[in-house]
Amino acid sequence: MLRSRLSKVACAAQRAFSTSPKALAAKQMTVRDGLNSALDDELARDDRVFLLGEEVAQYDGAYKVSRGLWKKYGDKRIIDTPITEMGFAGIAVGAAMAGLRPICEFMTFNFSMQAIDHVINSAAKTFYMSAGAVNVPIVFRGPNGASAGVAAQHSQCFAAWYAHCPGLKVVSPYDTEDARGLLKAAIRDPDPVVVLENELMYGVAFPVDETVTDVDFLVPLGKAKIMRPGKDITIVAHSKAVETALLSAAELAKKGIEAEVINLRSIRPLDMQTIFTSVRKTHHLITVENGWPQHGVGAEICARFMEDPAFFELDAPVWRCCGVDVPMPYAKTLELHALPREPDVTAAALKVLGKK
Amino acid sequence: MSFLRKSVQLFNAAKQNTRMLSGVQRSYSAGVKTVDDRYAFPGARDASFVNNLKLTMPEDYAPIPIYRVMDRDGYVLNEQEDPQLSQEVVEKMFRDMLLLSTMDKILYESQRQGRISFYMTNFGEEASHIGSAAALEMRDVIYGQYREAGVLVWRGFRIDQFIDQCYGNDDDLGRGKQMPVHYGSKELNFVTISSPLSTQIPQAVGAAYALKRKPNNDSCVVCYFGEGAASEGDAHAAFNFAATLECPVIFFCRNNGFAISTPSNEQYRGDGIAGRGPMGYGIATVRVDGTDVFAVYNAMKRAREYVLRENKPVVLEALAYRVSHHSTSDDSTAYRSAEEIEMWNTLEHPISKLKSYMVHKGWFNEKEETEFVSGVRKQVLKQIAISEKKLKPNWREMFEGVYADMPKHLLKQQRELEQHVEAHKQHYPLKSFKQ
Repeated sequence: MLRSRLSKVACAAQRAFSTSPKALAAKQMTVRDGLNSALDDELARDDRVFLLGEEVAQYDGAYKVSRGLWKKYGDKRIIDTPITEMGFAGIAVGAAMAGLRPICEFMTFNFSMQAIDHVINSAAKTFYMSAGAVNVPIVFRGPNGASAGVAAQHSQCFAAWYAHCPGLKVVSPYDTEDARGLLKAAIRDPDPVVVLENELMYGVAFPVDETVTDVDFLVPLGKAKIMRPGKDITIVAHSKAVETALLSAAELAKKGIEAEVINLRSIRPLDMQTIFTSVRKTHHLITVENGWPQHGVGAEICARFMEDPAFFELDAPVWRCCGVDVPMPYAKTLELHALPREPDVTAAALKVLGKK
Repeated sequence: MSFLRKSVQLFNAAKQNTRMLSGVQRSYSAGVKTVDDRYAFPGARDASFVNNLKLTMPEDYAPIPIYRVMDRDGYVLNEQEDPQLSQEVVEKMFRDMLLLSTMDKILYESQRQGRISFYMTNFGEEASHIGSAAALEMRDVIYGQYREAGVLVWRGFRIDQFIDQCYGNDDDLGRGKQMPVHYGSKELNFVTISSPLSTQIPQAVGAAYALKRKPNNDSCVVCYFGEGAASEGDAHAAFNFAATLECPVIFFCRNNGFAISTPSNEQYRGDGIAGRGPMGYGIATVRVDGTDVFAVYNAMKRAREYVLRENKPVVLEALAYRVSHHSTSDDSTAYRSAEEIEMWNTLEHPISKLKSYMVHKGWFNEKEETEFVSGVRKQVLKQIAISEKKLKPNWREMFEGVYADMPKHLLKQQRELEQHVEAHKQHYPLKSFKQ
């Protein structure tokens, strides 16, 4: 596996992209620091919380998300493990069963496939199958989705995989506020939570105000956020695709189209109310995600519309913008076109709206 | 006792680090240290250098010996090893073994008659359950595989609790959410059985890690699994993690010779599961005769003392013979002879060994045994009749326990089902469910 290679790419992926007008006034914080400070807050708040995974301690994490935490909290709270995902995921599940609150870091979610039995069959189901006798308060976290230049086995989104399973909660943060607030809420939650971070976003700085940096700042699980209000079309996205959606909204604005951009934040539970409310206003919907189309997050949103009176609010069919239905190619030019880009989303919006 | 069967030429006499394994502890003799620390390879710091090439063969190592206290006829071989348990304790051991065996026979038949969907018996492994459980404290946490009902018997799980679980009725602690024999009891510190094979092994290490973090910890975790389960990647990961994280966990391998139909000689090529402990993972190890309840008891006692004193794991391999079929889905005469099974079911049976011991002690009373067995049989049959008639848990519970708080969509589905059942109640056996 390309473990060392991936962290180099993480550094190369840093960019100064910001979509908020508050940028000049507020303090800037990267997504990485948002996650790092969330871990720090919760480790300090509750001594049952501990972090384990490959390279999380002395090396500060493959992507430096746990930077400085081992020095601060020591071997008991920040634990480097041998390389066996099923081993440390199983240990984390057992520790949670015994009353601790482990945070299990997968160096990337691609490697979580090694441990999926522990996530699905043990973490997600034990509370139910023990009739409430054994609960598993655990967080599985790490980078998810396509990185850059690491080919098919290291470039995929697991949102739909984990969101399929009852018993799990699944969140997919986009910016620093999301990352910090969702991770803190996930650590405090009594149920198992999968936190799908995005490697390409780690180095991106976003403005954060004092509410976000407060030690008790939480983003509720199961609530979406309207990133940009609009009246003409709703664009729903999660994780890095929110960036694509915002770029597209800016482009559409130039054509006089006001797009409302919804950042899902949580994939399970899925906040359909926010989407329904938005569509009652805009009557048009497109979804944007970097995962594959079949049985994906967009597919689920479409299905939910079929089951709700909000369906009659739609003036046009829903359009999904997804990753191309192939394993991610390595070649840079192909990789670029395998995921939805701003022009794809803008074109989709224009089509749905019946404009050129 | 040296594990080196032959003089392994890898180490020439002058440089040899004599490796001694005494009991469960490994210690290095004061051999001549030839390797300057500056030159030590990080991956094998204690290894010496040689200049004659040789493959180290599995045959160079003698198999780890099998510790036993009694011979086949129930005579103690070395008086110093007799745990000197009181008559009261030995009688409880014997009766718990008989209870388990008697209950198994009836519940097995109850599955054959189609009253329950599934069952697994424990025949031939009674001593490893009872002997190990007796050496533990109630505060020690148990992770079982699925064939450890005897541990629950020892801890006080009642006949009605076993049978209510198998029948998934309203008194089942598992609320009818699990297959038969997937017992669990918070009160008895027995983690609910989970079907996927071996996942309990790393989880047990995690639980032991949680215990180790407690100030003045005085409890350990015991994880039971079969020699077949030990082939899963989970088992290897768990051994390695327990060693490196230094957790107070006892890996209790019930090596009963068969993984469903696969005999142990097709399961692995090394020296059983015990053979993996000391050299493979750096774990203190002991191998016992699993049909000898006192051997299991002594080994478990020692293992418990060690893991709590050292905060390190132990591998305990209890050798036995699975007299049972694997489960009610299996007929084992297809892959082994009836004579072989019969031998293990009589001469080598753990219950007959303990019985002989009691006879020698003058503690055995034929009449009392017969009465006890017939009493248990009556109790089990009566309980089956009761458990069968008990109401099933409220069907609304189907939606409970997915999350700590029931999400809206499940509340909605629960209400939909309520409305549906209300509208069509004449078509459903509502009387058999708790309201």
